[in-house]
Amino acid sequence: MLSTKLITLVVVTLTMITISIPAHAHRAWIKPSKTVLSGEQNYVTFDAAVSNTLFIPEHVAFRMSYLSATGPDGKELAFENVGKGKYRNTFDLNLTQSGTYRVGSASSGLRASWKDAEGKRKRWPGRGGPAKGETFETAVPKQAKDLKVTYSSYRSETFVTLGQPSDDILAPSNKGLELVPVTHPNDLFATEEATFKFYIDGEPAAKTKIEITRGSMRYRNAPETINVETNAQGEFSVTWPHAGMYFLEASYEDDKAEAPATKRTGSYSATFEVLPL
Amino acid sequence: MFKIICKLLAIASLVITASAYAQSPLQLEITIPRLQVAEYHKPYVAVWLEDQKRNTTQIAVWYDVEMENGKGEEWLADLRQWWRRGGRKLEMPIDGITGATKGPGSHIITLELASLLKNQRSGEYKIRVEASREVGGRELLQIPITLPIKSKDLPISVAGKRELDHITLTIKE
Repeated sequence: MLSTKLITLVVVTLTMITISIPAHAHRAWIKPSKTVLSGEQNYVTFDAAVSNTLFIPEHVAFRMSYLSATGPDGKELAFENVGKGKYRNTFDLNLTQSGTYRVGSASSGLRASWKDAEGKRKRWPGRGGPAKGETFETAVPKQAKDLKVTYSSYRSETFVTLGQPSDDILAPSNKGLELVPVTHPNDLFATEEATFKFYIDGEPAAKTKIEITRGSMRYRNAPETINVETNAQGEFSVTWPHAGMYFLEASYEDDKAEAPATKRTGSYSATFEVLPL
Repeated sequence: MFKIICKLLAIASLVITASAYAQSPLQLEITIPRLQVAEYHKPYVAVWLEDQKRNTTQIAVWYDVEMENGKGEEWLADLRQWWRRGGRKLEMPIDGITGATKGPGSHIITLELASLLKNQRSGEYKIRVEASREVGGRELLQIPITLPIKSKDLPISVAGKRELDHITLTIKE
């Protein structure tokens, strides 16, 4: 399963890819060529990249090793025709069963910052991830000055459906910040309202901050970002103003972390396709 | 699933192409325009009846039925609203509903009024016609109707702008 496999990945992705709010920072995205498909079987091709401008590859490719795909039956699918580019990686998925598929990346782990004896700011893991064999236990001095430990989760994903949409793989794994659909993510139409829920470690994530931006940003001057916050039940709604590919970014923070962390943060992003009525 | 099958059976009896014995058959004329474009493909067309709660009764779907291995079904989702309004639940092809794509000109679907009355509650409905063309555009037209239909309300015609010329609901002469 996507969640179980990927949640074990180290925090490399966190430092590399996320920190995507506010709007001007790099965004990591996975963009399907189509999200609603018909036929007995069909192919979807994906682009995956980290860029400034939405869906325009111009910074670095989204590393394939972070990605996995799950079919409607919960089984992992192989990527076909993987092409590694400078600015983006591309791959195909062969959809052979009816239902909803998920493609994405998820990880979680501890982060720490402190001041050393000379008063210099230190971080773990460093840029590029932890050194080989290094763990929180061995790398972070527990008595250091101004030690701050955060438990962070990260998830980036997208969904495609062959035939009739299904819900099986949309159930939360109860790890990290997760989007749980009320409206199916492959049934989104311009001018209609869609509702989703956010969960943090399986509990409703109230006050999750959400930014929603339509792609094709290069062809307009205003970012036209929609800002929403989840209610006490972790829910929020959005009325899609136009058809297009949208990018949703969410961030959550509280102090209910398990020791040794004192802060818990969650970062989530997804690509959605909104069709014209 | 049972519900869908029942619905389909009801529809199958509702679509009769040449029913000499039918009483007061309704006919829906769909005209596909001749387009001067570099690459022309006959459009995929779907026709359905929708009540105010968006419950759908399938009437017709014209697509590349003849392609090998159901390859023509690959583009059915391009009939976006039809796909959403039940198309994605169906196992293609369906007798009496699916047919081959049709070229420019006038195409007539005959609806038997008696069956239509028998199978639907009275109230407000829409007959929706959606067309989608490969390398071309898409258009969704609708004719609002009140069941039971009164002959004085007919004919009703709606003009399209691009992919459909017009759709007209009349009583067959």
